[in-house]
Amino acid sequence: MDLHELNDIAADQRAAQKPCVIRCCMAAGCQSAGSVAVLKALQQAVTEAGKQNTVEVRSVGCLRLCCQGPLVQTDPDQRMFQKVRPEQAPSLVSTLDGRTTDAEPCDPNAPFFALQANVVLVNSGRIDPEQIEHYIAADGYAALARALTEMTPQDVVEAVTRSGLRGRGGAGYPTGVKWSLVARSKGDRKYVVCNADEGDPGAFMNRSVLESDPHSVLEGMAIAGYAVGASQGYIYIRGEYPLATQRLQTAIRQAGRLRLLGTHILNTAFDFRIDIRIGAGAFVCGEETALMASIMGERGTPRPRPPYPAESGLWGCPTLINNVETFANIPQIIRRGPEWFASIGTPKSTGTKVFALTGKVRNTGLVEVPLGTPLRVLVEDIGGGSPSGKIKAVQTGGPSGGCVPAHLLDTPVDYESLAAVGSIMGSGGLIVMDEANNMVDVARFFMGFCMDESCGKCIPCRAGTVQLHRLLTRILDRKATRRDLAVLEQLCGMVKETSLCGLGQTAPNPVLSTLRHFRHEYEALLRDE
Amino acid sequence: MAGTSTATAGPSTHPSGDKRFVMLEAAMRRQQYQQSALIEVLHAAQQLFGYLDLGLLHYVARRLKLPLSKVYGVATFYHLFRLKPPGRHTCVICTGTACYVKGADRLLEAAQQRYHIGAGETTPDGELSLVTARCLGACGIAPAIVLDDVVHGFVEPDNLLNLLEERLVRGSP
Repeated sequence: MDLHELNDIAADQRAAQKPCVIRCCMAAGCQSAGSVAVLKALQQAVTEAGKQNTVEVRSVGCLRLCCQGPLVQTDPDQRMFQKVRPEQAPSLVSTLDGRTTDAEPCDPNAPFFALQANVVLVNSGRIDPEQIEHYIAADGYAALARALTEMTPQDVVEAVTRSGLRGRGGAGYPTGVKWSLVARSKGDRKYVVCNADEGDPGAFMNRSVLESDPHSVLEGMAIAGYAVGASQGYIYIRGEYPLATQRLQTAIRQAGRLRLLGTHILNTAFDFRIDIRIGAGAFVCGEETALMASIMGERGTPRPRPPYPAESGLWGCPTLINNVETFANIPQIIRRGPEWFASIGTPKSTGTKVFALTGKVRNTGLVEVPLGTPLRVLVEDIGGGSPSGKIKAVQTGGPSGGCVPAHLLDTPVDYESLAAVGSIMGSGGLIVMDEANNMVDVARFFMGFCMDESCGKCIPCRAGTVQLHRLLTRILDRKATRRDLAVLEQLCGMVKETSLCGLGQTAPNPVLSTLRHFRHEYEALLRDE
Repeated sequence: MAGTSTATAGPSTHPSGDKRFVMLEAAMRRQQYQQSALIEVLHAAQQLFGYLDLGLLHYVARRLKLPLSKVYGVATFYHLFRLKPPGRHTCVICTGTACYVKGADRLLEAAQQRYHIGAGETTPDGELSLVTARCLGACGIAPAIVLDDVVHGFVEPDNLLNLLEERLVRGSP
């Protein structure tokens, strides 16, 4: 495979494109709403109408509005239908001839869609994730080709640095800096690891990206391998994501067959292999040192840093670890240029972010917006507000994050602004809560999660989360006094300061942020001394 | 059932004659018996046998030349590995944040009351295992459950009990 052949595949695919396409969402959300039967019915309806030469029924990734699945969209007229039932397939196909259908329409120009950006999710819901030719026809692997043939590894690192991309796993560490650290580290063997252990409850961005556009992640990893000098990559994916795993396996096989992975990629001297490692259900494995332990077949317990993985990671070798979404951004940064990427978002938080919008909000689903978009736009305009009428708070960052109260909804979504109001960007879970949700109960929910998921290695986290959970239960049972509240706050500080890894260090955040913004709810539950 | 620690048979056979060991052996061979592939091997073993009993852990330890303590340590560390046999049907109730704020606790309560088992337990007749998960990633259709590998969204307590009833009456899938 060389550049010409890659262009030929793209040209052939585009030439073979039928004039009409009916795209049916086959991501996990729509599948559980019955989209497999809808897809089959659509294929049958097209055949029965004798349109198989002009109409393609395509299985695509996430069309974003998960709560209204199964979703179907038609090209070229861009009409969209929601909650589609298999028996509606014939009339839906007939709309291509201008006839009417009883399938429920969904407005693709509604704020939910119109206010979104398309960078990471550009192919999501458009291409068939199980067909590498579709990805190539959408300029896929062109960035890898450009990196390998026109750029030195240093150029690639430089481009990523100039783009201003920051880690999408939550902490927001500058990606270019991380890459240059690994590139500069000495070692015969280096590794690139994709963290797909999306453990935050209420988050499904990475799952959607992997299910909808797996090749973008593979391409991003291969570019990273070239930039830092690694020839082996691992994707560490949650055991709870069978569909995403299967699509990744298919994608790796297809890319290997076209020599876009493996040895002598695109007729160059660059070799890069990607293997999948499937997690076995441990939240702590999202922490990078625990994740590496798990890849090596050990219990997923973290270790102190330094040494950082960039110096000593997998099997003691320099290792680059990035999140799924970080890698998915890379091909476009290389292809469209770092300046283009940096023009999106804010000066310190460039690009877009994918969020999983859920909870007490009308439109739940997958959302991508430029960084710096106010939270209010996300939950009220895109999300359509709460069905009960009043939003109380928005939780960001999962068990490591915090709750942003309704009066701060104008906070722009970027790394610094969210930190300033006591929350974090996190990996992208946005859970909307209304007046029916008691914030002390929410804090206890997260503490229960951290208590269960603590690996038990260090005492502050292992014992501290148990004690914090007990105190919160005491408060909820109306048995706690003002003294207990003081102990709660003190213990939060201690667990935060003295835990070994991010899990323990951030476990008190949901308590601290609800104490900061909803202290009255705690106080209302106290009994007199 | 899985073998005992005293087995001394050849590389790809097991004294019980259980064909599943041949398949497990093939899975280990694919990983070139690398000790770092322990988690992959345990996934394969659980898929073949349904759960990991002590004899099976012994077998894996011996074939990968790892101490049993290590294998047992890893098997007990991760939530997805089961050391006890699961029920004929498994109902996973998602208790992730999105499901939680939309009433997953009521689903759990309803199932617990009807079948008198807690999360992580199996009914005495071995028919139903009740499991909780910390987020299935199906938050867009919360609250969600997985009944015998099929995801159901927007579940209410009544409709959960109906689903379970129907599944249990209809017998094994």
